[in-house]
Amino acid sequence: MSGGTRERKADHIRYLLETEGDAVEANTLGFNEGRYESVADLENYEALKSEARAIKEDAIERLPELIDELTETVEANGGTVYLADDAADANRYIREIADENDAERLVKSKSMTSEELEVNEALKADGVDVVETDLGEWVLQVADEAPSHLVAPAIHKSEDEIARLFNEQFEPDEPLETAEELTTFARDRLGALIVDADIGMTGANFITADSGSLMLVTSEGNARKTAVVPDTHVAVAGVEKIVPSVEDLAPFIELIGRSGTGQDITSYVSLLTPPVDSPVVDFDESDVALADRDDDRDFHLVLIDNGRMAMREDDHLRETLYCIRCSACANTCGNFQSVGGHAFGGETYTGGIATGWEAGVHGQESAAEFNDLCTGCSRCVEACPVEIDIPWINTVVRDRINREGDDGRFEFVYDELVPDEEDTGSIDPQKRLFGNYETLAKLGSATAPVSNWLADLGPVRSVLERTVGIDRRRSLPAFERETLVDWFESRGPRVSAADAEREAVLYPDTYTNYIDVDRGKAAVRVLEAMDVHVRVPAVGESGRAPLSQGMIATADTKASRVYAGLAEHLDAGRDVVVIEPSDLAMFHSEYEKFLPEASFERLREGSYEILEYVYGCLENGANGARLRTGDDGPDVAYHSHCQQRTMGVDRYTRAVFETLDYDVLESDVECCGMAGSFGYKQEYYELSMDVGDRLAEQFTEPEAQDRLVVASGTSCEDQLEDVLERDAVHPVEVLDPRSRLR
Amino acid sequence: MSAESGSVRNRFEEALADRDVALTRTTPAAFEATLQAVVTEPVVGTPLPFGDVSLPEWVDDEPTPATLEAATTGVTAASFGIADYGSVVLPSTPEGSEPVSLFPELHVPVLHERDLVADMPTAIERLGPELRDGGSAIVATGPSATADMGALVEGAHGPNAVHVVFLETDGDGE
Repeated sequence: MSGGTRERKADHIRYLLETEGDAVEANTLGFNEGRYESVADLENYEALKSEARAIKEDAIERLPELIDELTETVEANGGTVYLADDAADANRYIREIADENDAERLVKSKSMTSEELEVNEALKADGVDVVETDLGEWVLQVADEAPSHLVAPAIHKSEDEIARLFNEQFEPDEPLETAEELTTFARDRLGALIVDADIGMTGANFITADSGSLMLVTSEGNARKTAVVPDTHVAVAGVEKIVPSVEDLAPFIELIGRSGTGQDITSYVSLLTPPVDSPVVDFDESDVALADRDDDRDFHLVLIDNGRMAMREDDHLRETLYCIRCSACANTCGNFQSVGGHAFGGETYTGGIATGWEAGVHGQESAAEFNDLCTGCSRCVEACPVEIDIPWINTVVRDRINREGDDGRFEFVYDELVPDEEDTGSIDPQKRLFGNYETLAKLGSATAPVSNWLADLGPVRSVLERTVGIDRRRSLPAFERETLVDWFESRGPRVSAADAEREAVLYPDTYTNYIDVDRGKAAVRVLEAMDVHVRVPAVGESGRAPLSQGMIATADTKASRVYAGLAEHLDAGRDVVVIEPSDLAMFHSEYEKFLPEASFERLREGSYEILEYVYGCLENGANGARLRTGDDGPDVAYHSHCQQRTMGVDRYTRAVFETLDYDVLESDVECCGMAGSFGYKQEYYELSMDVGDRLAEQFTEPEAQDRLVVASGTSCEDQLEDVLERDAVHPVEVLDPRSRLR
Repeated sequence: MSAESGSVRNRFEEALADRDVALTRTTPAAFEATLQAVVTEPVVGTPLPFGDVSLPEWVDDEPTPATLEAATTGVTAASFGIADYGSVVLPSTPEGSEPVSLFPELHVPVLHERDLVADMPTAIERLGPELRDGGSAIVATGPSATADMGALVEGAHGPNAVHVVFLETDGDGE
């Protein structure tokens, strides 16, 4: 990416932060909070997610056969099925239906698939009046804007803005002000258009092959009217919406509303088996009793391929087809909460999973527009009701985008700094720099403090910003001359293996080893205080840095090296203890893709987050009084790390603080916004700060402002220091018996 | 009635109360009077399939588009209720239960106490054969609503209020 492109991107993000950010933030935070509350009411939440996942896996596996079964069922019911190869094919068929019905007006309920087709434009070209009846979609139709969210398309607009829009467009006798007035106005106006429509078009959240039923999840009631009032019903749906049987719907009904907008169930879950038995509501025959009608309803199911069958064959994009478009991944995403789908989205789809959809249906270029906004924080993974590894899809697509570019201008200056394993020289130089961070850190440490003086010089920052887009407003981490590994080698262990209760290997992640050596030393002292024999072997970077830049081959190589460096220790029964949660997440999650299964399992089972390990030691009789306790330690404002929470190990930090009598106040934001290298990038600096501000607000409240700021992740510490202008430390530094922190 | 079905009924009533959806219990003998107290005229409805009750004469049970549009209340039978969610399952019928439950401001579903199921999987199991037989149904929970205009509003394209009439039979110990 050139400097100019980065600036344009930064401008666009700044514009959205200013114009749409507040409305998006308020709404997504509300949905996200609602999700936590409503899934907590489900006793069997995890089991339901697994069941839903299994149904989708099975359905996509058997998709060709289910399409055949569904086609037979719908035809036996008296409907028609058309399997469209692509958008143009689907639109041609739908236009023919409109033409055959001499349709003047088609009313629609909300359907993202119809947005993917751009069917409105196709019909309008033929003179058909297309009316969106979902109130959010209608607002956008009036405003001529694109949806900014999968479920709540006008999430970026406030009540005031909608009122202004309606008052300008429709000039009502009395100006509209409140949401209530706006809703009544829209209901009346759209109600009249619906009863006068020739065709109703809906999407489908699910389709059952055994009965030919559509499941539609709505709250407004417009989908019910759209499907039932006119005598012709066209439903458009991606082929991935098919599930084998009606009974398969149950877990999805329980999960979809909770996951999306935090409602345990929406007002209406329509289970329609068209052509339906309900009478047509025809105001041209307004005095004929509904019961006396003998309607001959017409139903067309337009199933859309448009790249989906190819996605099914793609080992990495296939999971996208399990998506039920609930929007949980968007609502839980720190970046999405700040900018919404007009930045975090492609031609049609928005939010984390949009990368998979856009790459699959519109092509990689569309995904490339926003794919970098996924920082891999992984908060969406536990929110997803079908357990999709959304960050992995983003990483794979990023890797593919890296490989197809031709932006290799800096290659010659760069080769020393970026000894990666990627097989083309086409990766963006910024990504190569951050992906090869370990090399940079080694060099910086070896030449410290000169490297730090240089890095702080104005002209150097200017060059860094121009060439690789490191924002000059960010303070750069300072390298230590003596690494943790070197320090430990000369110091040696203080608890001998013979006297030890346990033996542990402290993994020297890049940041701890070269930059925040103090937290590594604190970790050693804490472990030794609990009679653990410690080793700090020179094991390399986990692969997190290259992976975050979409450099999968480099990450894969690093994973093998790390495993080689730890295998002997694991065989000897030593526990691997990890300070940096993002590296532990590599060991526990992504390494499954890089290592043989037995190696992955062995490392996963033998590795622990440092506070998880401290907790285990304390539970097994270690003397907590040898650590610094809350009696003389400071009151703490604690932010756990996003990936730490996804792994479910944040609870150990909480438990250790509690056991040792610390007074702790905890943040509840999803992500600090720094996310490794993300917040250093010039094009994302302001977005990163906006996300960080949510955290800063919590820690500047009166009850938090005098507390010691503590965070488990490297980048969280950096971010907190930048947004609060207060020092931030790792929990293990608080517990360090030598700690003087207040 | 077993202790278990009693608790299912409690769960149903609590779920409705959580959503501020009104429920009135009645018996076949008191049905007409109860309905009269619940509805606002003009009232349209579709025939009730319960045997022990039917719609009173003052309910228009053969609505046309014109009377449907003019109606303030729609009365329809619920096939069954789902206790966990406070949902009523509304069948689509040739008499027009779907539009009658949808167009008027107030929807009054009549639910027979024997037709209460505990949870969603049981409800969907019960619906499976009906849908495979060509039937359609709406799982309706509370009034229609939208948040698309910047704040939550009850009453979007569908009713803005739901009042469940819960029909208890005299022979409670069946």
